[in-house]
Amino acid sequence: MSSMNRREFLQILAAASATGFALNSRDLLAAQGANKYYDLPRYGNVHFMHFTDCHAQLLPIYFREPNVNLGFGGAVGRAPHLVGEHLLKAFNIKPGSADAHAFTYLDFQQAAKTYGKVGGFAHLATLVKQLRAGRPGALLLDGGDTWQGSATALWTKGQDMVDACKLLGVDLMAGHWEFTLGHERVKEIVEKDFKGKIEFLAQNIKTTDFGDQVFSPYSMREMNGVKVAVIGQAFPYTPIANPRWMVPDWTFGIQDESMQKVVNEARGKGAQVVVVLSHNGMDVDIKMASRVTGIDAIMGGHTHDGVPQPVKVKNAGGTTLVTNAGSNGKFLGVLDFDVRSGKVSGFKYRLLPVFANLLPADAQMSAHIDKVRAPYTAKLEEKLAVSEGLLYRRGNFNGAWDQLILDAMMDVRGAEIGFSPGFRWGTTILPGQAITFEHLMDQTAITYPTSTLSEMSGEQIKSVLEDVGDNLFNPDPYYQQGGDMVRVGGLSYTCNPNAKMGSRISDMRLGDKPIDASRKYKVAGWAPVGEGVSGEPIWDVVGKWLRDKKVITPRTLNQPKLIGMAKNPGIA
Amino acid sequence: MDILRRTVLKGASASGVLAAALGAGLLKPTQALALDWNKAAFEAKDTPAAMKAVGAASAAESKDLKLTAPDIAENGAVVPVDVSSGIANTISIAVFVDKNPYPLAAAFNFSNGAMADVAVRLKMGQTSIVRAVAKTSDGKFYTASKEVKVTAGGCGG
Repeated sequence: MSSMNRREFLQILAAASATGFALNSRDLLAAQGANKYYDLPRYGNVHFMHFTDCHAQLLPIYFREPNVNLGFGGAVGRAPHLVGEHLLKAFNIKPGSADAHAFTYLDFQQAAKTYGKVGGFAHLATLVKQLRAGRPGALLLDGGDTWQGSATALWTKGQDMVDACKLLGVDLMAGHWEFTLGHERVKEIVEKDFKGKIEFLAQNIKTTDFGDQVFSPYSMREMNGVKVAVIGQAFPYTPIANPRWMVPDWTFGIQDESMQKVVNEARGKGAQVVVVLSHNGMDVDIKMASRVTGIDAIMGGHTHDGVPQPVKVKNAGGTTLVTNAGSNGKFLGVLDFDVRSGKVSGFKYRLLPVFANLLPADAQMSAHIDKVRAPYTAKLEEKLAVSEGLLYRRGNFNGAWDQLILDAMMDVRGAEIGFSPGFRWGTTILPGQAITFEHLMDQTAITYPTSTLSEMSGEQIKSVLEDVGDNLFNPDPYYQQGGDMVRVGGLSYTCNPNAKMGSRISDMRLGDKPIDASRKYKVAGWAPVGEGVSGEPIWDVVGKWLRDKKVITPRTLNQPKLIGMAKNPGIA
Repeated sequence: MDILRRTVLKGASASGVLAAALGAGLLKPTQALALDWNKAAFEAKDTPAAMKAVGAASAAESKDLKLTAPDIAENGAVVPVDVSSGIANTISIAVFVDKNPYPLAAAFNFSNGAMADVAVRLKMGQTSIVRAVAKTSDGKFYTASKEVKVTAGGCGG
């Protein structure tokens, strides 16, 4: 009821859940006035709503935030490299609250039961409609990684998401994993499905031959009498982190100078607000904000950081706000600017967690989701096994889901060592929950899913670890790629992230035995970026293993011994 | 995208464009390049030796010499590197890749006031410093450098 404020309500909710009540009834929640959680009074006259990296999660899911998200160099102790209590303290979030659950891993299992699932496009749609009603002219920005990450997105070549985004009312979009559908499919969607509805923007994608723009670099809009420009920035390292052969005619890169030119052009044409919709990753965005002038805000994604408030970055022209809006449909960022006499005079930002139990499902979106799932329901809902432990992916070095994939691969393929990519998407399974084929696809649904078994020398293994390590630990964000460390099974090692490339990894062992540089080892892996690799898709390998096991005991995470990280607030 | 420009450029063969440049006296013809071929520099196995061989051992850092290259190469086999010199009377530009077996990758001579602005595609086997050197008509050398990372790829995002 309206007499109960949000805090009281959530406290009751927490207490009830702790005593064993199941509080997942939408009606009960609605009756208690929980909608107040989303009361966000309008501020100013220019409004942006932003979601990013939903990874095709149409339905509500669980998603555990990381307890290891290390920062290096200038990023130590600064968002997004704060986990757990450090994050709560930095953003003044009350421990045990709904926000504490949304933004941190703390007490995850219990809190997940209390607050229920997050995200889901039908719930997001309700929130978007509600905010739009109070913010005339607001633009809805999709930061990308939208058409990949689920079984249905893979099987429909992104069509389920394309139609969902049109229904949601997305105005402007940037991209990354979209490109792993291949350049022709991306062009088809942008030129046909999106035509006249959604603009796909990328200032940093050009043709490899003459350097021509492939997509519009920016869009000029007018909102409540104010001219605003939104510039798109695709993930700069798409052809490196993902298969280059899928985008053979396009070149990417960060392209600061080109960004500056686009900003200047937009300002020259009268833009009073300039926002970059970015898939750089937060550390790259922060560096870019220090070098490029004239940007009011960079609304970012890629690194999946749920950051409650923007980082303010000073540069030669003023201050640029940098935000990051998490992943898996869990959050919606709302940025309001007050623009007076042609200039931004103030802002307000909130990163709203999307609690499915606090937002009724939008009927139209629900109908769309039901329709796209219908042909696949039996396959999606197949129960492969039951998990006794918590399964999650996020974390710089390993996650329980990745450990499961490693264990399965090594077991099935008879390998001594396993490598699994450091992807940051993938949903979470609570202890006791059944693992369905859909859940497995949440971790593995990519267009290059081949599992591999190769012989590698000790020296080659070290060079892989060093190479990937430098993509994560290089103190200069422009040399980072925004993924996590390759997950390693079987092999133990020590890692000194602050060391130079080539000397970060040491003491590599298989059991008690040191790795021999010249000996060959059998290594299982998946997701090769090279063209023409054939083999069984990873979901078949892991699926079979799960069906055989039936019950999955809690995984023991293989984590490297870390040097010099004890005081880093990015680890707990 | 300027479709007309693309069509025109695709229609004109690369050698045709180059011939036009040669005809206009912007680039020295092949025979002249052959005469200028600095064997010692191109065969040097480390950058200091190659720099010495072109006479640039004590080149001064210059902000007017602009080297544009990716932070991380999308394809080590064809790394795009642009060098443009805003230094007056630049008569040659050379490009070095420190970690390549033969670091001197390219050298260009300019005459008749041609703009000292070149773009090349370099092969790189591993992460390395890429350097540009410009020589002016009064025999002075200037340099600029940037690290380009070459990585195995995979694992992102």
